[in-house]
Amino acid sequence: MSGRLSLVQAFVFLLRRDLLLALRNRAEYAVPLLFFVLVITLFPLALGALPELLARIAPGIIWVAALLASMLSLDSIFRSDFDDGSLEQILLSAHPVAVLVLAKVCAHWLVTGLPLLITSPLLAGMLGVASDALPTLLLTILLGTPVLSLIGAIGVALTVGLRKGGIILSLLVLPLYVPVLIFAASAVENAAQGLDISAQIYMLLAFLFLSLSLSPWATAAALRMSAS
Amino acid sequence: MSTKALLQTRQLSCIRNDRTLFERLDLSLDAGEMLVVEGPNGCGKTSLLRILTGLRLADSGAVLWRGEAIDRLAGDYYEQVAYIGHHDGIKHELSCLENLRLARAMGIPTSTDLDDVLERVNLYAYGDSEVGSMSAGQKRRLALARLLATESLLWILDEPFTSLDRASMALFADLFEQQLQRGGLIVVTSHHEIDLPRQSVKRLNLGQAA
Repeated sequence: MSGRLSLVQAFVFLLRRDLLLALRNRAEYAVPLLFFVLVITLFPLALGALPELLARIAPGIIWVAALLASMLSLDSIFRSDFDDGSLEQILLSAHPVAVLVLAKVCAHWLVTGLPLLITSPLLAGMLGVASDALPTLLLTILLGTPVLSLIGAIGVALTVGLRKGGIILSLLVLPLYVPVLIFAASAVENAAQGLDISAQIYMLLAFLFLSLSLSPWATAAALRMSAS
Repeated sequence: MSTKALLQTRQLSCIRNDRTLFERLDLSLDAGEMLVVEGPNGCGKTSLLRILTGLRLADSGAVLWRGEAIDRLAGDYYEQVAYIGHHDGIKHELSCLENLRLARAMGIPTSTDLDDVLERVNLYAYGDSEVGSMSAGQKRRLALARLLATESLLWILDEPFTSLDRASMALFADLFEQQLQRGGLIVVTSHHEIDLPRQSVKRLNLGQAA
């Protein structure tokens, strides 16, 4: 039994492979980020010269845009692997599929979630978000977007085998996204008014750890169903 | 169990679109044996192979490896199995070597150098080129090179010779023989005739069984 890579090595290997693939398909992965930036830049233009209104609804705008951008990028987690047969090879790997799935989701978050986190201070500044609320906004995005990727992975795994899975995917995943949206937006709003945000942050942390521990197993099971 | 064959199926049935493809199929395959699954299109060859890999669940019956059900063995079974299906399972954006390294990371790597593996399937010169720019036959050869990159006792191959030329087919017939000689097992579907010593080859015609 010698020679089999350790679980950690296999995890890192698949993570690096997915990042390399993303690097070689840069254009495809830039679309969600571009969408995020475009949606947010359009709001000030459409709402007119009302800085107070804009600053008030900014957290909501940023979060809705982040949520839709994240949904837009979901399909790419497993689509190409399903189409070219790599997914079968992953399912037939000697390692636990859930761990490999987690590696793929991590890579997906690094490629699609992290850029949202990095660009959001700029966009928040543009919308006039109060500087007190900015750290909270970033914290909610840091905690919230991985949850979106993890939940989304289950949905993609269930629909990847269908010809037109796009609509079903949104219907499946969107209701599960709503709690994240509610608590994240509420945290930023509280922070802007100088109120306590710990309750919302604890809820987001709870979502993160719950999805981190459950989603890989559910995703692995769903992938098996889709592949058969 | 009277004899402990390495790979066994017990009362295997497969139903697809309300049509019974095969019923109560008992197979057994031991070290150094090859099973050639034959039959017309749509008779369930691919389904049988996918059931043997565990990718598809049988509608009834069980697949046993060393006497244990494969869904219980999971990783311990999969590290012994190499499966090549209709899709090559290789990434077009990666180079040949990168693809083989990934295949190794997913199973038990052989001690053979990857350059030698590519040499044996006549792809040595393509080690660093992107797979997307290669021909269909070359991609197929790269997929089959995975068999040499990992230490697998059981090869499950679905139409391995698709888009291969005559020379490559002869090459892989040689590799098959080596696999059988070192005590490996092969389950294969192919519309091409495979030149191998008769005594180790079993045949299953699904068209007649049904």
